[in-house]
Amino acid sequence: MHPLAEKYLRKSALPTMFCPGCGNGIILNAMVRVADKIGADGFSYVSGIGCSSWLPVMIKADVLHTLHGRAVAAATGLKLAQPGRRVVVFTGDGDCLGIGGNHLIHAARRNIDLTVIMINNHIYGMTGGQASPTTPLKAVTKTTPYGSDEPPFDACTLTTAAGASFTARETSSHPRRLAKTLERAILHTGFSFLEVMTPCPVQAGRNIYGNGDPVFLFKEFAARAVNNPDESSVSGCFRTGILHCESGKPAYSDSKSKMS
Amino acid sequence: MPAHPDILVLQGNEACAEGALLAECGFFAGYPITPATEIAEVMAARLPEAGGIFIQMEDELASVNAMIGAAWGGLKPMTATSGPGFCLMQEGIGYACVTQTPGVIVNVMRGGPSTGQPTLSSQQDVYQARYGSHGDYEIIVLAPSSAQECLDLTIRAFNLAERFLTPVVILMDEIVGHTRERVELPALPCIVRRVTPPKNHDYKPYEPEEANGGVPYRADFGEGYAILVDGQLHNVMGDRVGHLSGPSAACVKRIHEKIQRNLREIEDVVCNIPDDTARIVVSYGSVSRCAQRAVKEAQAGGVRAGHVRLRTLFPFPDAFFASLATRFKNAAFIVPEMNTGKICREVQRATLRPVRSLPKAGGEMHTPAEILAAIGGA
Ligand SMILES: Cc1ncc(C[n+]2csc(CCOP(=O)(O)OP(=O)(O)O)c2C)c(N)n1
Ligand SMILES: [Mg+2]
Repeated sequence: MHPLAEKYLRKSALPTMFCPGCGNGIILNAMVRVADKIGADGFSYVSGIGCSSWLPVMIKADVLHTLHGRAVAAATGLKLAQPGRRVVVFTGDGDCLGIGGNHLIHAARRNIDLTVIMINNHIYGMTGGQASPTTPLKAVTKTTPYGSDEPPFDACTLTTAAGASFTARETSSHPRRLAKTLERAILHTGFSFLEVMTPCPVQAGRNIYGNGDPVFLFKEFAARAVNNPDESSVSGCFRTGILHCESGKPAYSDSKSKMS
Repeated sequence: MPAHPDILVLQGNEACAEGALLAECGFFAGYPITPATEIAEVMAARLPEAGGIFIQMEDELASVNAMIGAAWGGLKPMTATSGPGFCLMQEGIGYACVTQTPGVIVNVMRGGPSTGQPTLSSQQDVYQARYGSHGDYEIIVLAPSSAQECLDLTIRAFNLAERFLTPVVILMDEIVGHTRERVELPALPCIVRRVTPPKNHDYKPYEPEEANGGVPYRADFGEGYAILVDGQLHNVMGDRVGHLSGPSAACVKRIHEKIQRNLREIEDVVCNIPDDTARIVVSYGSVSRCAQRAVKEAQAGGVRAGHVRLRTLFPFPDAFFASLATRFKNAAFIVPEMNTGKICREVQRATLRPVRSLPKAGGEMHTPAEILAAIGGA
């Protein structure tokens, strides 16, 4: 076992339940590296329900694996109780934007000092491939057999508009960049939102991208990630990097703990 | 300065908030709803002064889950709501039960179903408080019938939550919540806190500890134990076992047993039963006030009537009622409730005797005369 895995992973939760070719392991890897760099002792993790929400369960740390959609609400309570600790939320596109969307926008509005990592695989992975709020228009899923007739959310635009002081997007195809931006998100004071675009070869691959081969999908995600805002309007492309960063905006958890 | 600073005139909702402050509540998350809002308002004003945190959440789903997060952060959490909000909290209450998360949830009952009767009282949510979340679990439900008891039972609710690592529901009702009466602040309230793992203990967060009455020890987040809290059924370390039947059954058993083996500590029945009682009125919440009066009048008129008042509704005091049925072989049980008849079924189940239900719908309490009529003449 890799020494970082030896040191930071919860062995009883291994092997992971992720399918072959899933991007979640890469994100777990990035998280462990960042925690190692900035001091793993100071972290608590919170997640909801979904494949993506199992990710922090594999970390040997204090972990609150909550209900579907409620991770951000539970994290709000935990952060207010322990303002000195870093609280990192793992959530999926369905967990975060569907059932939990209200908590997300209100946490962003408060600019509470949490880091929310939303793993966007464009699908309800855990339940077997149904449409999510980020499923592309026309995509065929188990619940959109004739093609989705709903436009998807842009989660970064949403959270920025709601008041988040940091929003960013990366892909699991670029692990080093991912770790760098993740570190920035965690070190940011205030609500930081990181969307990680990642392929779900099993549930989204063939239907949404026309190919379930993990190697093809990782290359495809790398190709679709663009830095230039103009290119992101090209269908299927998405902008990566830090999209919004306001330093100095008061963080809610700070003002609360000062009051008491 | 008033002559007796520890004697106040408070409505039940305010008394409940005072009780929470005395019990060292450290976190309140809520969402406005009639007839419970005053609890949040008092907490918003008073909790920060006391060093605690008040937050108005975006809804009741958020409130109950924020409470859960705060509990694992080491605070004693609370929320207060009424029927519609209590519905939204049910999934979180189940989560708190299975993860053994302490917290106090107040439901100031109004009439339902649905939006129902925002400003009128009811006792319709007694089964929801016991069985509202899915799956098998035990939960503690208390029912105060005066402003004083709103204070006293709120302190007790926090103590029970911390003692047994479980959510505790306080079922108030609109009448008890809004009636203003004399309340005495206890000088030295007994305050219980979750028991932390002893030093050098091989800590298993969900292991029933004999030395703690079968309740686990509880460390908070940030103490270096790498605690895993999971709503999926789990082993004593928190690792998921939901796919395995034996370990899953053991998990459910653990959350039942810690309550069931300590029933004596949780039970709270107030009795006025003369030796030769022939009719026993069983009541809880605001209806108890009229029941008490009716029983007194009946007794004064020479009727052999008695009164049992439940301050802990659940776990239901089965053994107490069974012994009552044995002792008073021919006594009739009468259960006035502001619903279509719910706790009367529990009394019937526990006594194995015919029970006369005295339901009342519409939002008004029984009058003493109505209960007196049911008790009947000598
Ligand atoms: C209240 C509730 N509704 C539905 C479910 C079923 N469910 C489990 S995971 C999931 C979807 C998760 O999708 P997402 O958040 O995108 O995570 P992914 O599995 O794709 O990583 C659903 C609907 C649930 N557990 N709870
Ligand atoms: Mg998903």
